[in-house]
Amino acid sequence: MSTATQAATETPPGPMVPEPFRVTRRHRETRDTWTLELEPVGGERILPQPGQFTMLYAFGIGEVPISVSGGIDGPLSHTIRDVGAVTHALCAAQTGAVLGVRGPFGNAWPVGAALGCDIVVVAGGIGLAPLRPAYQHVLRNRSDYGDVAVLYGSRTPGDLLYRNELQRLRGRFDIQVDVTVDAAEGGWRGKVGVVPKLIASARFDPGSAVALVCGPEVMMSFAARALLDRGMAPDRIFLSMERDMRCGLGHCGHCQLGPTLICRDGPVYRYDELERLMAVRGL
Amino acid sequence: METIDAVLRDVALFDGLSADELELVAGCGSNVRFKEDELLFRDGEDADTFFVLRHGSVALETFVPARGPVTIETLEAGDVVGWSWLFPPYRWHFDARALSLVRATVFDGACLREKCARDPKLGYDLMSRFAQITVERLQWTRMRLLDVYGYAGSD
Repeated sequence: MSTATQAATETPPGPMVPEPFRVTRRHRETRDTWTLELEPVGGERILPQPGQFTMLYAFGIGEVPISVSGGIDGPLSHTIRDVGAVTHALCAAQTGAVLGVRGPFGNAWPVGAALGCDIVVVAGGIGLAPLRPAYQHVLRNRSDYGDVAVLYGSRTPGDLLYRNELQRLRGRFDIQVDVTVDAAEGGWRGKVGVVPKLIASARFDPGSAVALVCGPEVMMSFAARALLDRGMAPDRIFLSMERDMRCGLGHCGHCQLGPTLICRDGPVYRYDELERLMAVRGL
Repeated sequence: METIDAVLRDVALFDGLSADELELVAGCGSNVRFKEDELLFRDGEDADTFFVLRHGSVALETFVPARGPVTIETLEAGDVVGWSWLFPPYRWHFDARALSLVRATVFDGACLREKCARDPKLGYDLMSRFAQITVERLQWTRMRLLDVYGYAGSD
């Protein structure tokens, strides 16, 4: 073996090389959304922070950024909505299938900096997935935080993620879980309306609360305004943004948002940093 | 038992009204309760009242042939139910159904309209407050029209 070949085999794979992970469990959340649990094939576990994402590779098809929806303590999990060729292949991956994983990438929800604060989680649609590790962390360290409210909106009752988990949380005395849907027909006895509307009556102290918001950008804008109307300061409101993340390393520039790159500087931003950028059309 | 004007002091809709104005408004109100599934009002009936919910939740529904009742929106304690009493032809456009035990204060719309006609300042004040609620609900409805969760993009 030549020296050059030896050097090549000893060099650890770079951050652009996906590590093989095996699907150990798959669970259908809704008609088009699945949660996959992954274990490394021989390699080391990755330890994401709440709010980070990975690049998931369906070999031979392509790679997409997917928020980590669990795995801070337990198995690494991702909740994936089937919206195109790659996510379709990921959603179809059976138990035992091998996928590529790069990452984790990006920054995290400020759950460490929010010790002692009330926590308001505002999620819309699949935006609950990246918030799940955050509220799970808060609940695991419940005595470190004040009041906790999880406000979640989806399109219909059939589109609600983590239904059993939310029902379990609703049974706890130390967290407020409020769910609403945009549209419902017979049989739904819950709320119908938009998720920002829940903010007005949620139990938290605007002066000492930290809000974590994720969902479609329009929904986040409405939610941020409703939080400001409750008296929260913009620097206590955090939003998770999404663009076309490709490399995850801040090299390719596909996820540029004004002067920032979401994969490198985000995806979590303070609203006072983001408000001006969100108002610019076309960014 | 609390008097109506004592109840009204805790209702955001009437926040900031003077004691005299509250007393005028309270004169048109009475306390009511509805059992789960009972209708507060029905589509097509005369709209001569509105409700301020004090406890429980209410679904605004419409009946769609072949689909049955479809919920347009749900309203909770503190919310106002009904504004068709404000404008001719004073007719309800939806059903309002109690989703649980509901306690509410119901106001006689004709009584309140008459008092507003006699006291334009009170009339303007109340109309402004109802306009604010209407605009807020319109904004939320517009957000739902966007179907923000339906558009998922593509990878």
